[in-house]
Amino acid sequence: MNHPSTLVIDLVELTAADLHRAGGKAVALGRLASSGTPIPPGLCVTTTAYDRYLDDTGLRQRLPLLLERKPFSEMRWEELWDLGLRVRSLFLNTTLPSGLAADLTGLLAPRCADRPVTVRSTAPVEDSATASFAGLHDSFVNVRGLPAILDRLRLVWASLWSDRALLYRQELGLDPAASAMAVIVQELVIGDLSGVAFSRCPGRPNLVAIEAVWGLNQGLVDGDVEPDRLLLDHADGRIVERYTPQRLQACRAVTDGVALQPLPVTEREQSPLSDEVAVLVMSLLRQAEENFGAPQDLEWTLRGRELFALQSRPITTGDAPDASGERAWYLSLHKSLAALHTLRQAIEEELLPAMERDALCLAAVDLEQLSDEALASEIEKRQGILDRWEEHYREMCIPMAHGIRLFGQLYNDRLRPGEPFAFLGLLAGDTGLLAAQRNRALQELADLVRSDPLLTARLRDGYPPGSGSPFATALAGFMSRYGDLSWILGEAAEHSRGLMSLLLELAKSPPTQQTIRKQTDEAEYLASFTMEEQSFAHEALEIGRASYRLRDNDNLFIGKLTARLREASAEATRRLAEHDNLELAAHKAPVRGRVARRLTPAGSSEAHGGNLPRTRLQIRQIVGQPAGPGLVRGRARVIRQPADLRAFQSGEILVCDAVDPNMTFVAPLAGGIVERRGGMLIHGAIIAREYGLPCVTGVPGATELIDTGNLITVDGYLGIVTVADGGTVRRPFT
Amino acid sequence: MNNTAESNDILKGLCTGQPLAVLATDAGNGPYASLVAVAVTPDLRQLFFTTLRATRKWANLAGNHHVSLLIDNRSNQVTDFSRAAAATILGIAEELSGTELATGLAVFLGSHPHLAEFTASPSCALFRVQISSIYLVTRFQNVIEFHFSP
Repeated sequence: MNHPSTLVIDLVELTAADLHRAGGKAVALGRLASSGTPIPPGLCVTTTAYDRYLDDTGLRQRLPLLLERKPFSEMRWEELWDLGLRVRSLFLNTTLPSGLAADLTGLLAPRCADRPVTVRSTAPVEDSATASFAGLHDSFVNVRGLPAILDRLRLVWASLWSDRALLYRQELGLDPAASAMAVIVQELVIGDLSGVAFSRCPGRPNLVAIEAVWGLNQGLVDGDVEPDRLLLDHADGRIVERYTPQRLQACRAVTDGVALQPLPVTEREQSPLSDEVAVLVMSLLRQAEENFGAPQDLEWTLRGRELFALQSRPITTGDAPDASGERAWYLSLHKSLAALHTLRQAIEEELLPAMERDALCLAAVDLEQLSDEALASEIEKRQGILDRWEEHYREMCIPMAHGIRLFGQLYNDRLRPGEPFAFLGLLAGDTGLLAAQRNRALQELADLVRSDPLLTARLRDGYPPGSGSPFATALAGFMSRYGDLSWILGEAAEHSRGLMSLLLELAKSPPTQQTIRKQTDEAEYLASFTMEEQSFAHEALEIGRASYRLRDNDNLFIGKLTARLREASAEATRRLAEHDNLELAAHKAPVRGRVARRLTPAGSSEAHGGNLPRTRLQIRQIVGQPAGPGLVRGRARVIRQPADLRAFQSGEILVCDAVDPNMTFVAPLAGGIVERRGGMLIHGAIIAREYGLPCVTGVPGATELIDTGNLITVDGYLGIVTVADGGTVRRPFT
Repeated sequence: MNNTAESNDILKGLCTGQPLAVLATDAGNGPYASLVAVAVTPDLRQLFFTTLRATRKWANLAGNHHVSLLIDNRSNQVTDFSRAAAATILGIAEELSGTELATGLAVFLGSHPHLAEFTASPSCALFRVQISSIYLVTRFQNVIEFHFSP
């Protein structure tokens, strides 16, 4: 065991030699302090403590079981988030061993027990000159009392494995298994105003940028509070540009943590970034730049006349991956509760109604009346509309899904359940889920069929239901609301047959009950918050539910537009069977559209080594992620094209590349769900939870390795799919 | 594991790279496991191992030619759960003699030259296993079956 004294080191005693155990952020603070720059007094809990925690609790052995279940390179960002949550949950539920807790208490108590502190990450690999980990790991501001400090310590350690950090390490090629985390515990200076400053403005290196907000820095760093901004000439400090935002809120210390609070009128009207403050910050910035010999990104706070440096790190200039492309987009998904509120409003009140209007407008067009040329234009127009809405979907709907994650983390932090995805029980069973409403309507139609043997026989023999009958009326109602299934169930007469087959199949067995668990834990969740926090707790739950609901529903709106495109395309196909038309031929088969893409598996991952002659390969067992608890054995129905759904039979296992809400009408018939796409929050997993179906997601090559008719076992507890009989016989190597 | 070429490589690496395997025999008294030195042909169709004729496994093999062998690359660390691979081999074992013995010995000693003295002993038998199937397990739970046609 290491001597306790190596566990904690005073920031002012740190030198460059401590980088490997104290991290860049702590060492930089030590250097600032040594050069006389005021910093809030504090301590560094070194990586020795992290290593002891991992060794003494057995986490060092347990972590690889989670982290190496699937190669990072094969994970989608949703799976990375799931993984980050599982790791966080592991840390949350693994308390500090008593020996380590006693050692840390002895070392931290004299300096931290009686005053508010910040608890921040300082990982040895972060913030080098070529890579910045800014914002990837967790920080906690205004933590009071030793138990709370030790608790946050574990959360900061866990953030070494956050989705964002994993993604970044993956890009930088760093081995997560070799990573360790140190933590800064530093007195909280409750500044009147705070900010960040860049000694060289990104993109304009002859300028200095200073940003400031009233209150604490957290609101600025999190992007919730827009700062006042000054650009100054680096050489002479002359002000070149000033930006004044609409000042509304400030981040303030509350009983536990921080909260956004409205600004009083005086602060709304007055800039926190006076010329005098700018001069002070500029001077501090120059000091830091000279001290480190490189352009610096500095966080600061001002209390009365005292200016403190909170953090200084080099401005990243090297060849590390920049924040562009997919990662930048993914990082942008991490939105605050306030931002999600605005987004939700925009989606519910503007985006979805506008999509609905477009779909209705398109539905009103009588395609048969159009000339061939006009039909070709119509198809192009519909494709354009679909493309435009899909772009909006990417910009607005996907980020909205972060509400589920935000709620999940809050729930887990408060209730610390053993099962990291227990929070989904509070979100599932939402009566506003359109796919579930559609399925209930289908179920009602099936009930009518089941209770009427004559009708059953009539439909089975291929006759239409008698006009004016209760079933015909109900069916007409269903078609008017959910007729967009046609592109999956088949056009016109084929659609009708497809729907009747589905209803007859549904009618064969007793109605499947949707599992409603929504209210189960709500009281327990709310009880974990103080009276002061109740409104926040309700708000987070509300956003979580809206996010969960919209994640599914928005796809159905895209589905409506896809249906309109497909119907125009079908009309073109029909005409082309009768006569040639070059323009129509060019437009007859649109393949774009997210729903269509999901039915078309990504390029096969299959590759043949080709050096084992006369060898037949057969998949026996594949590991994915458990996404719906339960165990079921049944015949696989592999969905490779829409028509495959029409043959779905009761009790079969839905095997799909990526389930879309437009396809989940078969869920009441399904015995379980297997999906190639991974994640706990994907549509397959959502509908599986609604119906209590065993579900495994993230199964590599699911639709290629499993064939319709294979007897498979879906272990939704462990995330394993076993092919019990014959399995899929792969092409022999030749 | 979603790439058959990758599975193929892992399997070949295991079968031709590991010097030892656990051999399971059964002559009606229950399964019996032994650690044996093995050599596998590059096409993975044949496996060779040696044993003394006075051993239990030899007696078992005399009564039942069906065998199963386990070859793995575990390091007995926790990382084995995600990083180790194991191949369960099924086949029929046959003691070699005559020219087949000479050919088989050449393959076997190619992998285990230090066992030349041992194999030269009249009390030592060389067995060839005609492999019918191999079940490859990777990442703890991924299983893929290789079935070989004659």
